[in-house]
Amino acid sequence: MEFQGRTWKFGADVDTDAIIPARYLNTSDPGELAKHCMEDADPEFPNKVRPGDIIIAGKNFGCGSSREHAPICLKAAGVSCVIAKSFARIFYRNSFNIGLPILESPQAVDGIDEGDEVKVDVNNGVIYNLTKGTSFKSTAIPPFMQELIDAGGLINFVRRRLKG
Amino acid sequence: MGMTITEKILAAHAGREHVEPGELINCKVDIVLGNDITAPVAIREFEKIGVPDVFDKEKVVLIPDHFTPNKDIKSAEQAKLMRDFAKKHGLTNYFEVGRMGIEHCLLPEQGIVLPGDVVIGADSHTCTYGALGAFSTGVGSTDMAAGMASGEVWFKVPESIKFVFNGEQLNEWVSGKDLILYAIGDIGVDGALYEAMEFTGPAIRSLSMDGRFTMANMAIEAGGKNGIIAPDEVTMEYIKSRAKRPYKLYTSDDDAKYERVIEYDVADIEPQVAFPHLPENTKPISEVGTVEIDQSIIGSCTNGRIEDLRIAAKVLQGHKVHPDVRLVIFPGTQEIYKQAMKEGLIELFIDAGGAVSTPTCGPCLGGHMGILAKGERSISTTNRNFVGRMGHPESEIYLSNPAVAAASAILGRIAGPKEVE
Repeated sequence: MEFQGRTWKFGADVDTDAIIPARYLNTSDPGELAKHCMEDADPEFPNKVRPGDIIIAGKNFGCGSSREHAPICLKAAGVSCVIAKSFARIFYRNSFNIGLPILESPQAVDGIDEGDEVKVDVNNGVIYNLTKGTSFKSTAIPPFMQELIDAGGLINFVRRRLKG
Repeated sequence: MGMTITEKILAAHAGREHVEPGELINCKVDIVLGNDITAPVAIREFEKIGVPDVFDKEKVVLIPDHFTPNKDIKSAEQAKLMRDFAKKHGLTNYFEVGRMGIEHCLLPEQGIVLPGDVVIGADSHTCTYGALGAFSTGVGSTDMAAGMASGEVWFKVPESIKFVFNGEQLNEWVSGKDLILYAIGDIGVDGALYEAMEFTGPAIRSLSMDGRFTMANMAIEAGGKNGIIAPDEVTMEYIKSRAKRPYKLYTSDDDAKYERVIEYDVADIEPQVAFPHLPENTKPISEVGTVEIDQSIIGSCTNGRIEDLRIAAKVLQGHKVHPDVRLVIFPGTQEIYKQAMKEGLIELFIDAGGAVSTPTCGPCLGGHMGILAKGERSISTTNRNFVGRMGHPESEIYLSNPAVAAASAILGRIAGPKEVE
């Protein structure tokens, strides 16, 4: 899996209310949710984001609520990947479960400025800053999480187990 | 090597003698919970798995509490989807509006969650039930769907942090809310990321069950996977009339291994206020200064229990709500509401100039029943003060215990209850 895109940079502790405010959770339609993606962190984000763009953020990205609508709306808005210094645990699980690639790399976050063009090699955990000509390693994805990805997400994984 | 209470419960549900932090294990679950926001997504994923039934009709619990009583047409559609699913699958633990409560107040009250359980819920405050000595944690909708189908969930065994609250006697007007806010203020909103937060010490042993629920409830606000308190006589007294099935009591071994041990002296802890926009931005009430408010919210899964309402009533007695403040009170369940009526608390709230609502998560997550306009400020006994959490992105939320929220409602600015005595 490889992605390349423009980057948008956010600070530490971006919570799920910033990613998708609860006032829009009276629907779970991904397209509707995408219209308000990151709205309370940057009201212009839903208009600016283009398919393939990458979010760069500080520590504890996705803290707060368990709402799966958060990774769903990022994915639906076209965000290809989130790179952060660390992730809150429910957001981390949810992203793997729904197939939003996320990578942990404090060095990459410090070495990327907003607007830099970045390429991500998810399988090998390498992040290339094409604008600056630098590269960074991300924390390895745990083998079980890789198994989930290979199965095509948790639902496929469970379906196989229950039918096997 | 000994095990912590968290490790013991996880090991028992994974069919293992022993587990170590970092291990990936598959656990049987005792309860799978969802609400009107998260369950619709889970139901869609459940249908994809292609199994005809949920793993156990008594162990899948669905509660309409977030945007209910339905606040708009879209919310009504979501609540209906969940209701229809509950009917189709014959779920015994679906609680309709009028019989429901805020999920994390309702499940312990109804004896649905018990000591020693493994509980997952598609709601981040599912960690509340750790107060009973259960392992309980929030997950997303897809994990909920997988749990509904299989009755199992995978976990990485967390490391544990032991919080020891020394001292027997809490300072006046200090409650479980202040202990947990103090700890979050100390370690930060990711201070316990992925870890179990085990609360111990003499001050915890003498804390009421309601105070313990409040503490475990906010473990997630420090990034914790679960909050947990070993069961004791206070726990037993709470569950003896409620438990309708067997349960198991676990405690940590003396030689259990902790990632960290953090000790506090409760003599140092006064009522806390968390300033916008993170729960870690805490200050003792004596250092708050002048912060005028427009609204005061008392309730939620954090502080909507009977003890919380009694404390609020004690402060409000003989006073009126400030003319510029809206005070809105949310009893956590119908049982709590009735108990509050019997004790005359509801009448007292109304006489003081407060509004009392049927149980709902309502304003806590900016849903309905108390949304803030641009530039408005609310003191609130809820759990999060993120940007836009209770309404306009330019509004502000200050978190506190019920006594401070009540005193602030009287004075029109954030204040401790001693100021109105």
